[in-house]
Amino acid sequence: MKRAPLHGVMAEFDNPTALVVAITKARAAGYRVMDAYSPFPIEEVSEALHIHDRVLPALVFLGGLAGCIGGFALATWTSVIDYPINVGGRPLFSWPSFLPVTFETTVLVAAATCVLGLLALNGLPMPYHPVFNVPQFALATREKFFLCIEATDPRFDREETRRFLETLEPLSVAEVED
Amino acid sequence: MSQPTQTPQHPGVIPRPPFIEPGHTFETVTDQIGAIVLDQGVRRGWLIGFAIAFSLLMLLMVALTNLVATGIGIWGINIPVAWGFDIVNFVWWIGIGHAGTLISAILLLLRQQWRTSINRFAEAMTLFAVACAGIFPVAHLGRPWLAYWLFPYPNAMAMWPNFRSPLVWDVFAVSTYATVSFMFWFVGLIPDLATLRDRSPSRVGRFVYGMLAMGWRGSALHWHRYETAYLLLAGLSTPLVVSVHTIVSYDFAVSLIPGWHTTIFPPYFVAGAIYAGFAMVLTLAIPLRWYYDLEDFITMRHLDNMARVMLATGLVVAYGYMMEAFCAWYSASTYEEFMMTNRFFGPYNKLYWALIFCNVVAPQLMWFKKFRLSLGWLFLMSIIVSIGMWLERYIIIVVSLHRDFLPSSWGMYTGSIWDWATFLGTIGLFSSLLFLFIRFLPMISIFEMRTMVPEAKVEGEHGGGGH
Repeated sequence: MKRAPLHGVMAEFDNPTALVVAITKARAAGYRVMDAYSPFPIEEVSEALHIHDRVLPALVFLGGLAGCIGGFALATWTSVIDYPINVGGRPLFSWPSFLPVTFETTVLVAAATCVLGLLALNGLPMPYHPVFNVPQFALATREKFFLCIEATDPRFDREETRRFLETLEPLSVAEVED
Repeated sequence: MSQPTQTPQHPGVIPRPPFIEPGHTFETVTDQIGAIVLDQGVRRGWLIGFAIAFSLLMLLMVALTNLVATGIGIWGINIPVAWGFDIVNFVWWIGIGHAGTLISAILLLLRQQWRTSINRFAEAMTLFAVACAGIFPVAHLGRPWLAYWLFPYPNAMAMWPNFRSPLVWDVFAVSTYATVSFMFWFVGLIPDLATLRDRSPSRVGRFVYGMLAMGWRGSALHWHRYETAYLLLAGLSTPLVVSVHTIVSYDFAVSLIPGWHTTIFPPYFVAGAIYAGFAMVLTLAIPLRWYYDLEDFITMRHLDNMARVMLATGLVVAYGYMMEAFCAWYSASTYEEFMMTNRFFGPYNKLYWALIFCNVVAPQLMWFKKFRLSLGWLFLMSIIVSIGMWLERYIIIVVSLHRDFLPSSWGMYTGSIWDWATFLGTIGLFSSLLFLFIRFLPMISIFEMRTMVPEAKVEGEHGGGGH
């Protein structure tokens, strides 16, 4: 009988400490392609998974820079070049008075980049994902902690990975159908 | 992020009360906050409150319809007092919003964990207050259907807004503030929307919360980026919130009217905004925690802290009043001196002394623990401060304008019945939105409350230790 292809095998844990222990052991056993799921952010989990993602801050900086240059350019171009108004001979390029608008556009574009960048990098919106096929996974947004070793890992083997996860004293182990 | 609720005790040291009552787990936190939205249904008290709020919202509709149909003459404003209730209410509302951003952004950066149980509804309060604030300057335009002229867009008139004008800065500041506050609030909501999606008993609930949660699944990589994004947004919102009321104060300070043309305005406006905002947070938090049994999450320690912030910002505001009077005297300018004398003894002097009572005298009770820990006193105090801050803007705007330079152009101002209707109407808009928010979204951030549970801390050699 041919079985459905798998996204991975997933183990369920009761608390964050058990999850971090499980990740450490899985990495020691040579597994690399895995993801953990928790109801709140846990710094130690990111560390145990060796997550180093510094793309977002760079994107936000570029967004802020674009907003800053764009805002200042808009004020300068409209007030100096396209629509100059001579008020008693005062200088047209009155840059200090352009700064409040420049500041606001900087913050606006940086913040928008931050939110859209967060969604884009995380691949959201994504209404369907294989992990939702596991019935217990509904608790990942409430109280339980999950570790999923994915099928793309070179060391992944349906039976062996399952047996390995069972040695970590999980609450349950489930196959995640793709 | 986490902190054990029972800190090690040293002999002779009285332990401070925790930010979350003992005995809570991930489940109880999730279920108790989620139940308000998912399980409790429409409660009688909510329905009555919403009905009142909605009636006032309809009053706003009537008032604004009449304004558009008849014209701005239905308001009490005229020359010399061309800015009346509308700008008073604009500044009052936008100031109230500031506490929400302060709690969600600045206290996050300062690692003040007590913000966790109040940040969500304080942010919602910010959004709704900014929505109310935005109505007034637009309605005040006289031809509100041309409000889009305020934005720079290529147009057939070949004209651009004047970027040297504080009023244009104001458009940019307020619209940026509204947008960024909304994004900050929504990003904070995403994990909780996923919780509601997974817990909702109804198909409609699962669908709607599911769409809003956008498929959030709590992946470690996602959380990692999420925390980065949240901190970045907090870092961006912090200078933003300071800039917004600074720019609002420029609307006055950049002009030449005695009582407006003063350099103390930016810091004094920002402090006043936080003062008014914390008062409003207290006004909302005290009945909410009682009605929805949230005493475990919004503890007396939270209320105590908010009362202290109120006292501190109130003192800054009091210093502002003193400096206004001092500068008026020290300037040796006839008009500045007259402005101050007119505030003390002129036709609006009762309002000025009421303002001093509300904002300077009464809040001094907050020095005493007895008053900070009494719900009744705290609630009363928050209302007094809200009234006081409204009076402050009334004094600044109306009393400065009604007698400026030439006695021949002096005049008096009172709000018309339509001014009052519009003001009450925005209170209706604010409370209607708030009632809907409480009914359909978690008013306390569930995922952040989970991090306050003692179990959330990773133990042993794997724990980060000093995080």
